[in-house]
Amino acid sequence: MADILFSFTEKKDTRSGFGEGLLELGRNNDKVVALCADLTGSLKMGEFKAEFPERFFQVGIAEANMMGLAAGMTIGGFIPFAGTFANFATGRVYDQIRQSIAYSHKNVKICASHAGLTLGEDGATHQILEDIGMMRMLPGMTVINPCDFNQTKAATIAIAEHYGPVYLRFGRPKMPVFTPKDQKFEIGKAIRFIEGSDVSIFATGHLVWYAIEAQAMLADQGISAEIINIHTIKPLDEEAILESVRKTRAVVSAEEHQIHGGLGDAIAHVLAKKLPSPMEMVGVQDSFGESGTPEELMEKYHCSPKDIAQAAIEVLKRKV
Amino acid sequence: MNTPELQNIASQIRRDIVRMVHGAGNGHPGGALGCTELFTLLYFKLMKHSPEFTMNGLGEDLFFLSNGHISAVWYSSLARSGYFPITELQSHRKINSRLQGHPTTHEGLPGIRVASGSLGQGLSVSIGAALAKKLNKDPRWVYVLMGDGELQEGQIWEAAMFAPHNQVDNLIAFVDYNGQQIDGSTLEVLENPNLDKKFEYFGWEVLQCNGNDLEELEACILKAQSLSGNKKPIMILMHTQMGYGVDFMMGSHHWHGVAPDDAQAQKALAQLPETLGDF
Repeated sequence: MADILFSFTEKKDTRSGFGEGLLELGRNNDKVVALCADLTGSLKMGEFKAEFPERFFQVGIAEANMMGLAAGMTIGGFIPFAGTFANFATGRVYDQIRQSIAYSHKNVKICASHAGLTLGEDGATHQILEDIGMMRMLPGMTVINPCDFNQTKAATIAIAEHYGPVYLRFGRPKMPVFTPKDQKFEIGKAIRFIEGSDVSIFATGHLVWYAIEAQAMLADQGISAEIINIHTIKPLDEEAILESVRKTRAVVSAEEHQIHGGLGDAIAHVLAKKLPSPMEMVGVQDSFGESGTPEELMEKYHCSPKDIAQAAIEVLKRKV
Repeated sequence: MNTPELQNIASQIRRDIVRMVHGAGNGHPGGALGCTELFTLLYFKLMKHSPEFTMNGLGEDLFFLSNGHISAVWYSSLARSGYFPITELQSHRKINSRLQGHPTTHEGLPGIRVASGSLGQGLSVSIGAALAKKLNKDPRWVYVLMGDGELQEGQIWEAAMFAPHNQVDNLIAFVDYNGQQIDGSTLEVLENPNLDKKFEYFGWEVLQCNGNDLEELEACILKAQSLSGNKKPIMILMHTQMGYGVDFMMGSHHWHGVAPDDAQAQKALAQLPETLGDF
């Protein structure tokens, strides 16, 4: 991608990218329907609801029912986008997703906001850090965690064109907008944002911008880091990962998720089989979160740009 | 199709159930036998459907089985309606079969639109399909069958709240009201009294009938059809006997999930005339 910005002029929340994408889909595809479990404002689904009331379904605080309704609405040719907080979109309804959506291969788009620590002050009950792991274990599920407003909007539009169940994960806080407006989103295609030679940093979601910040810190110390955006965790772009690691032979993964089960595990699985290499994983180290501002939490739980830079320095010590 | 013809079909379906479960050495004969009249009526008389199966079923009535463990009765009904060869019934619950222990779309069996078996999910799915029919301006009905033990699942009541609020009045739901579940009678396990009042208070039109009497059940379904389109979803509490049609399997939970041995299978089949030819 040529025109990535290494500075930014505005901050926007990824959930608003989802809302804009959904609205655009509503205008261009009359098969797109939306369901929400009493979080229309938080999910930024209000404009879709206002413009397409006959295609919007308020289900109340009943997420299990919402997943079943969405599965049923595919029978008749519709493409349901079911939105709620990531916690209630995954852990709460895992069996509904497993049986009625994944095993039944239904064309449902599970749209999950407020994922991870940056949900902030509501605390650990709502800060799901296991959702990527749960969703990527389901056969046939596509798992996407875009990095900024523009990429989230593009991903929202792209998943309507893909037949099959999708888990789309995004978040609450305003984050730098640094990828191009009106980009084309290719499911399963990693994007190299910055070329480097010493260490490969694979990041997803909000941690992509942090990885770019970490790259600048590392450059100051004479370390050349390659920054690759893995927006699609499943199917994973194995070739892009291997191509980068063949060059650097040192790996850092970065995600707003438990280190168990997420992007880091997915990459480690590929490398263990095909190209064993020293690796550090930035993420939450097998603990629950807590209340705090997003910035405080990312620092306390070692998901900050500084932590990514430190992980790169550590992994370079083990590079052969 | 008249009642004697339907009775012949029901007898053959019951033979199929006993032979499928016996052949597999395990399965769920009780609920399957108890719901045979319903499947016979829906698939051989009342539903508009085609064995030239399409997932979206536009212009057709749709049927969903939420209590997927009674799959044997559904597989027999589908095969005998022409969805797939009846010889395939012998593969039920065996390796490399499309006739999985619980129904699924995964192996591509015609007639199945969603996996079921983990209980409590089918009502939500059927409501979603009914909403899709409304959006498509498709006037046909959506039918769904649940077990009465299954109503202990919380998701059922989320769905029960949703359907009346959203005037899903093209949906006809059935409860197999046999009073039995795996661990015993529903009264012993977890009493769920006044089901009629519960669904009425939730906003459903509630009908009740004897689900093992073809004529009474047909009249009830026709009444449900006539009541549809009036802003209320319809619930038929279908009083049945688990194991109906095989005297020693009736009236207890014992035959919920147990297969007959050779002698028991012979004894059961002696009570069920072979009317259409065994698979």
